[in-house]
Amino acid sequence: MSELKRTALFDRHEKLGAKNIGFCGWEMPVQYEGILKEHEACRNGAAIFDTSHMGEFFFEGNLLFSGINDTTTVDVLQLPIGKCKYGFLLNKNGGVIDDLIIYKVGEERLMFVVNASRIDIDFKTINDQLHNGIFTDASDQTSKLDIQGPKAKEFLQEFVPFDLNELGFFSFAESEIMGSFALVSRTGYTGELGYELYVDNKIAPQLWDKLIERGAVPAGLGARDVLRLEMGYSLYGQELDEKTTPIEASVGFFVKYDKHFTGKDALLKQKKEGAPRKSISFKTNSKRAPRHGMEIWQNNQKIGVVTSGTFSPCISSGIGIGSVDAKLYNKDESLELKNTRGSIPIYLEKLPFYKKEK
Amino acid sequence: MAKRYSNEHEWVILDGEVASIGLSAYAVEQLGDITFVELPEIGAEADKDDSIAFIESVKAASDIYTPLGGEVVEANEELEDKPELLNEAAENTWIFKLKVIDVAEFETLMDEAAYKAYIATL
Repeated sequence: MSELKRTALFDRHEKLGAKNIGFCGWEMPVQYEGILKEHEACRNGAAIFDTSHMGEFFFEGNLLFSGINDTTTVDVLQLPIGKCKYGFLLNKNGGVIDDLIIYKVGEERLMFVVNASRIDIDFKTINDQLHNGIFTDASDQTSKLDIQGPKAKEFLQEFVPFDLNELGFFSFAESEIMGSFALVSRTGYTGELGYELYVDNKIAPQLWDKLIERGAVPAGLGARDVLRLEMGYSLYGQELDEKTTPIEASVGFFVKYDKHFTGKDALLKQKKEGAPRKSISFKTNSKRAPRHGMEIWQNNQKIGVVTSGTFSPCISSGIGIGSVDAKLYNKDESLELKNTRGSIPIYLEKLPFYKKEK
Repeated sequence: MAKRYSNEHEWVILDGEVASIGLSAYAVEQLGDITFVELPEIGAEADKDDSIAFIESVKAASDIYTPLGGEVVEANEELEDKPELLNEAAENTWIFKLKVIDVAEFETLMDEAAYKAYIATL
């Protein structure tokens, strides 16, 4: 095993007494004071996450003639400057190499934000499809801080030189934080109002400290996973992988078919003929939590597997997402999870699991 | 009363032939926020090191192994509704009580100093 990489905030996590884990080649905080407390801070106050392990690429060049628009499911030609969009980088079979967000920074400039574990393969896959343009990997210089929660706007406002109310959902602004270039994006992975801040490594530790001083609660990957699963968001490596298409993962609605992209033919074929697998979401109606890898059974046969599961503090029940055989699965018959300890009944539930009170 | 610890992070307090068994503060700290405890059945018999109960936290699930062989005589039902008691006071919250078969097994477990030295190596 090669040594784990550390973000620019590593010593901050140590000082806060974080429990670290190896995650996608990085030594990352899984929790500080506790997942429940951090989860609560995000739902009712503001939580701050270090997600600097994620990758950032920049593209500069003609968006049409370079071939960049054909590399992913996102139509960057249609995307207005200042907006970003979620989509997929697919292989020829329609399998998901990665899920990502693409930012239209300028008429001829894009930023790609990708998963940490996929940085190398994503960069090569995209770069190999380009005819011209300049494609660079800025992951090592870029820190990413996510401030998420109903108080995120209030806490962040004093550090940015523009009115955060101007920023709509999935919009961003190139700006300045503490005298250094920063990209401020109104996005997140928690279902809360929040911002993802892309900043230079040099100012990341001070910005982290200031936001905590202001009231943001440091939160780790453990809380982040619970928050995203309460919203039903996919996680690469669990719901999504190279053998799973967006249709099979029930995120096909993010794909627009009015332009070319690698993997499109495979997806169209699946749309026409039906996909062999589908994704289901469910709860246990008890404190038992589904766990990744548990078997899903129906009519005395195994029909699938749990891709993600946790206990949800918001609805006080175990929640999960699973992948099932589309032919064997019957939505009207009872389902259960099985492992060596026995079985747990599960009940279908529409996403998101957590519906925010208005 | 003497308290002993197992490699699997259970603690034991022996009173005559009845052992109260819980999880060490270290183990609970590692698990994080506890959300569910599956208690053993009263009357169940188990050998030393058998998996006898089960615990879940927000982030993980774990078996609880009995550090001594015996018959379950009591289970802490309060934990069914309030599993968080373990986070609040792991070292003072017993999970189940056993009528022990072989009291001598108790002497094979670690005392507090040995356990502290053991977790320092993990």
